[in-house]
Amino acid sequence: MGLFVGIDLGSTTSKAVVLDASERLLGRGLTNTRSNYDVAAAVARIEALDDARFTLIERTLGGSGAAPPTSALRRAWVVSHCVDRLRALGGRVAAIAESTGTASDGAAIRRLFERIEADADAVFGTLAEDRSRFFRDLASARFFADATDAAQRRELAYDVAAAAYDQAIVEVENSETPIGAEQRLERALGRAGLSASDRASLERAWRETEGALTVEAYVGTGYGRQRLPFPKEQIRSEILCHGLGAHALYPGTRTVLDIGGQDTKAIQLDEAGLVQNFQMNDRCAAGCGRYLGYIAEEMNLGLHELGPLALEATRAVKISSTCTVFAGVELRELLALGERRENILLGLHRAILLRAMSLLARSGGVRNELTFTGGVAKNVAVVRELKSLVGEHYGERTLNIHPDSIYTGALGAALFARRGGGESLPAPSRGKPKAAAAAARA
Amino acid sequence: MERQKAMLAGYFGELARARETGLKVVYTFVPGNLTELIRAAGALGVYPEVNALQSAMRQRSDGFVREAERLGHNEDVCSYVKCDIGMLAAGNIGPTGEKLPPPDLLLLSYTGCFTFMKWFELLQKEYGCEVAMLHVPYQADGRPTEEMRRYVAAQLEGEVIPKLEKVTGRKLDLDELASLLARSARAEDDLSWVLDSAKATPSPIDAYFGGVYYVGPIFTAFRGTEACEAYYRELREEVEARLARREGPVMPNGVLAEERFRLVIEGPPNWTHFRDFWRVFYDEGAVVVASTYTKVGGLYDDGFRHGRERDPLLSLADYCLGCYTNRSLPARSDLLASYVRDFHADGFVINSLKSCNSFSVGQLVMMREVEKKTGVPGGFIETDLVDPRYYSQANIKNRIESYLQMISQRKAGGVSSGA
Repeated sequence: MGLFVGIDLGSTTSKAVVLDASERLLGRGLTNTRSNYDVAAAVARIEALDDARFTLIERTLGGSGAAPPTSALRRAWVVSHCVDRLRALGGRVAAIAESTGTASDGAAIRRLFERIEADADAVFGTLAEDRSRFFRDLASARFFADATDAAQRRELAYDVAAAAYDQAIVEVENSETPIGAEQRLERALGRAGLSASDRASLERAWRETEGALTVEAYVGTGYGRQRLPFPKEQIRSEILCHGLGAHALYPGTRTVLDIGGQDTKAIQLDEAGLVQNFQMNDRCAAGCGRYLGYIAEEMNLGLHELGPLALEATRAVKISSTCTVFAGVELRELLALGERRENILLGLHRAILLRAMSLLARSGGVRNELTFTGGVAKNVAVVRELKSLVGEHYGERTLNIHPDSIYTGALGAALFARRGGGESLPAPSRGKPKAAAAAARA
Repeated sequence: MERQKAMLAGYFGELARARETGLKVVYTFVPGNLTELIRAAGALGVYPEVNALQSAMRQRSDGFVREAERLGHNEDVCSYVKCDIGMLAAGNIGPTGEKLPPPDLLLLSYTGCFTFMKWFELLQKEYGCEVAMLHVPYQADGRPTEEMRRYVAAQLEGEVIPKLEKVTGRKLDLDELASLLARSARAEDDLSWVLDSAKATPSPIDAYFGGVYYVGPIFTAFRGTEACEAYYRELREEVEARLARREGPVMPNGVLAEERFRLVIEGPPNWTHFRDFWRVFYDEGAVVVASTYTKVGGLYDDGFRHGRERDPLLSLADYCLGCYTNRSLPARSDLLASYVRDFHADGFVINSLKSCNSFSVGQLVMMREVEKKTGVPGGFIETDLVDPRYYSQANIKNRIESYLQMISQRKAGGVSSGA
């Protein structure tokens, strides 16, 4: 069976989606892009293909009542991969801390990472199901919590540990773990705690899927798409991919808003998912995801904390600039004037959306359903404000937000891979609901 | 191209020697310029926007812009102005490396751009020379009225010509003016033919990236000269031959092999990354078949030619009034829509400039109007004239590639939409 892979190299995250010939979703992979597009593309692709392999195994073994627990193996596979990265990370953090701090800082950090590894199942287990989170998020959350405790117990110098971590995580994310599939399988089988017979049938199924993992076509998209080692025909703009991906998820949608790391795009589609018109922000990334990232840093918050906090606002403070550079200044000014953090945050969220609304208007408005994609669609405050602004401007409209909207571009790219390029569109209509259903199921 | 380079080099040389030869120097702007009048008065014209764009193409505008900012000019000020001010501060060495003479007269021949006024105010302060100001009424209704024509002609007679005569110390030779206007008309006929040739498929020219070279002589100091007339005759012959051979336009990497997209472009190009900007298009096989920027000096589409109106002053008035930037937004939208239709374009792109309000204001409204009139979606990009900080190759490439892929998908989708 041939596979079709779409890779979306975004400025913040890289995504890969694997489809089968019937456009059913088999696997997905996600990683932080940071500075290295090449590694990010490879990591996302490998993760997606691994994920696809488990889906195939499930399909092979599923159905019968006594099916072995593929999900346990999938989870162990993901966790053991995280453990590999955690070991690389721990080694680097300790080494850096030893050179910038003291030997005892290094030793404390090593002990700290050993404890995280012992809890690996609890820390990383969710990654097997929640395909929109990263190793970095989970590892960082745990590391900084533990490091804070350790610092309070005077076991290490917090600033040394934090600086070492920030440096090491970038290095680790930008390198691939040099562990082969066989070795990884061995470890995952060991970690999954399977019965001998389950283990044997899973191992057998694993080998049987080997031949099914032939990739027939790749299509790449996203900000870094020029870095992909693909011929020109296999590169599609993210506008077309987001359009087609959104259409696959919500066939009725005619308007798509995507707010990504450094691009905001408003796209109008026809009934077949073909792009009719689009507008993008200018080169300045004001009002894009990166802006929120910057605000989170300024406020010393996690990106995921911004939305919920903004919802606690009693009023939205008027923010005059969505400029990423000026935002920090304005933020500090408002805080100095005694303004509540929540109210400022709500104002910032609204500021982003006012820019997006202008792009939507430019592209032709919201015609029926609006599908909202991109990393920023995960932010609850943005979603609430978008709903109200769309209502104000265009009246009652359906707002679609898929839980896995982060994969929309990669899904579109994979559909292009399956359909042999933009010129052969539109595709057979039977393909669309399947992809939508599969994505919704996952 | 070689002929044009030689013309420019010769002219800047002439300017550098102006003090020795005793020729008077008039600084003036490109839109609706009065080149024939300046020449008939026996003076030499200097066009500050052209100096700025020439500096940008030679990668020198960055330093000039920063110098002007160091002198206190704001980041939002027109980058042509800052480039000029910076160049002045650095010794007024022109783009060819020769010193530019100071002006004897600042001739503000077009007032549709208010920045022009402020620009010359700054220069006046610097040089303390004579200023002649011509008020050109904006064409709010899309075309000039008889009153407007007479109003402009009266200013030419009562203000501009006396100032020119005062500075040069000689009486304006009206016969000389008439013969210059007649030569202008012949060059204008040839240029119009060349720009019209893009209606053919494949187009033998690129009417924007190539077009800016084509309009160089006629929009600056050369209009009305024999060299200019010869230039356009030769250009026309060359394009005629290319058309007969059904050849595409010459791009920096050779003759374009396949015309994949036909586009109309609104707005001036970015000059600091001119070649990179062009490459984004020709790499995709996109040819610009019509552009409004090549009408910025003067518009010949509706049959205007210098001297066709027998009264030379009214003829000059018509030219000033008719330049592209003096037209109302509806008139500009109509022109763009007619280009999309008449030149069989697949799409149109607006290049909006960060520091040029007089060009950029209203472009989004125009885009929507043109979309409505033609059913063709517009693409929108943002760059700047000569400030390199506002040009991002990755962003422009991303936007244009996306736009062209959308166009090609629409073309294909339109065919198979019954599937």
